[in-house]
Amino acid sequence: MSPRTSQKIAFALLFLATLLVVLPVLLILAIIVAKGISAISLPFLFSMPRDGMTAGGIFPAILGTLYLVSGAVLFAVPLGVMAAIYLVEYSHDSLLARLVKLAIVNLSGVPSVVYGLFGLGIFVTFLGFGASILSGSLTLGIMILPVIITSAREALESVPHSFRLVSYSLGASRWQTIRHSVLPHALPGILTGTILGLGRAAGETAPILFTVAAFYLPRLPQSVFDQTMALPYHLYVISTQVPGIAENTRYGTALVLLALVLLLNLAAIVVRSRFRRKKKW
Amino acid sequence: MVSPHPKITIRELAIAYGPKTALHGLSLDIFEHEIFTVIGPANSGKTSFLHALNRLNDLVPGCRQSGQILLDGVDIRERIGAEELRRKVGIVFALPLPLPISIFDNVAYGLRMQGVRDRHRLGEAVTRSLREAYLWEEVKDRLHTPALNLSGGQQQRLCMARILAGQPEVLLFDEPTSGLDPISTAKIEETMLELKQRYTIVLVTNNVAQAARTGDRTAFFLMSEMIEVGETEKMFTAPADRRTSDYITGKFG
Repeated sequence: MSPRTSQKIAFALLFLATLLVVLPVLLILAIIVAKGISAISLPFLFSMPRDGMTAGGIFPAILGTLYLVSGAVLFAVPLGVMAAIYLVEYSHDSLLARLVKLAIVNLSGVPSVVYGLFGLGIFVTFLGFGASILSGSLTLGIMILPVIITSAREALESVPHSFRLVSYSLGASRWQTIRHSVLPHALPGILTGTILGLGRAAGETAPILFTVAAFYLPRLPQSVFDQTMALPYHLYVISTQVPGIAENTRYGTALVLLALVLLLNLAAIVVRSRFRRKKKW
Repeated sequence: MVSPHPKITIRELAIAYGPKTALHGLSLDIFEHEIFTVIGPANSGKTSFLHALNRLNDLVPGCRQSGQILLDGVDIRERIGAEELRRKVGIVFALPLPLPISIFDNVAYGLRMQGVRDRHRLGEAVTRSLREAYLWEEVKDRLHTPALNLSGGQQQRLCMARILAGQPEVLLFDEPTSGLDPISTAKIEETMLELKQRYTIVLVTNNVAQAARTGDRTAFFLMSEMIEVGETEKMFTAPADRRTSDYITGKFG
């Protein structure tokens, strides 16, 4: 085989492989948009479901997902960022610190249904929060903790060592150095990780299955101890558990969820690229 | 010329990083209002010596240090906190290292860390120290622009202003002109000569000519040891040690 021919074959194979990766994504998007776009309307987004969920909107599910995601972020971001600060700035490179880091990395590989079961055991039963927004948020928060800690660690570690040296040399204490010369410059990176975690929390079904998600609720949740509907679980319910739901309602719900997650990921990309352009060191 | 009052007294100072010795038992006095220069090839222990004087070595994991350093007769490791010491003994590093914040915020950083919030006081300190570092005229109209927009030489003078804002007593310079062009270098040297009226200066340099131009006294470091110390003029005209004369005449380095 001449070099020219083998070159052509290699190129064709590599191109095909790339195409195969992109294709499913485009197909999913195309199918969901094609089948679901006709359902999208203001009443669909902002009204309660009616007639056994066969008609009306998905407002309680959207609101529920927003509650859950906000709760998860409120819980996981402060905790995760503080843990990352401890790991990067305070702990020495001891065996324990390395074990902790390894544990965090592995935690991100735990299947989400296991988090769900964990949440059921700890928050719903043991701590007695019941199936509630609180239990669901905490479970989702724990699930996204590794993402947040890992990205915060990377963001902190990417702040040049010289910033710390300069700060110490000007008489700043360790905490002052972290507070004024490290954290501000790590913030965009931390934000990116947070948004990615947010996207993951919004889309997961298993962790909320046992801890918060309601099949159907006639009214909106009133407190953090109430159950709520949520988009991913609602999608599962109307797709498999309730007969006679119009196809475009199901795909419309999927489209809303997908749009929410993609929007969050897009926000992360925008934040990151703005940060890269501004960064000068 | 040189006043006899020792500002810094160093006795049997030894520094090691893990198994690697950076400095062997060093004893030395540095006098008030002198420019004390340290010359020597790379890895001779110059920077370790400088970083011992404001306890920056404390930040290096695995660094062990023994011996005694006195500032005005006070042991800097026993009797004074690291943060307070670093305010009294400021350092300018080899590379200009402005923080990625505004010129004003860079200069005010140390004072703010001391808890100074008063805008008027901060403004006065920033103006005074930028004047002292001969940077005021060039930046007075853009104090709130990013410090990273300044040229290399201006950034290095900003770093000088930044330590001057805290009204230190001793200034440490670690090869401050190694990354600068000759004109910026001349400006920095001029500034140092001016500053020695009010401060005690320790200048580490890999540029022998710079030591000759600016130093009152000079020490020659080689392979973790101080080979020779004395009046700069004498060292450059009649060095006592063969290795010193080899180094300053450029036979190695």
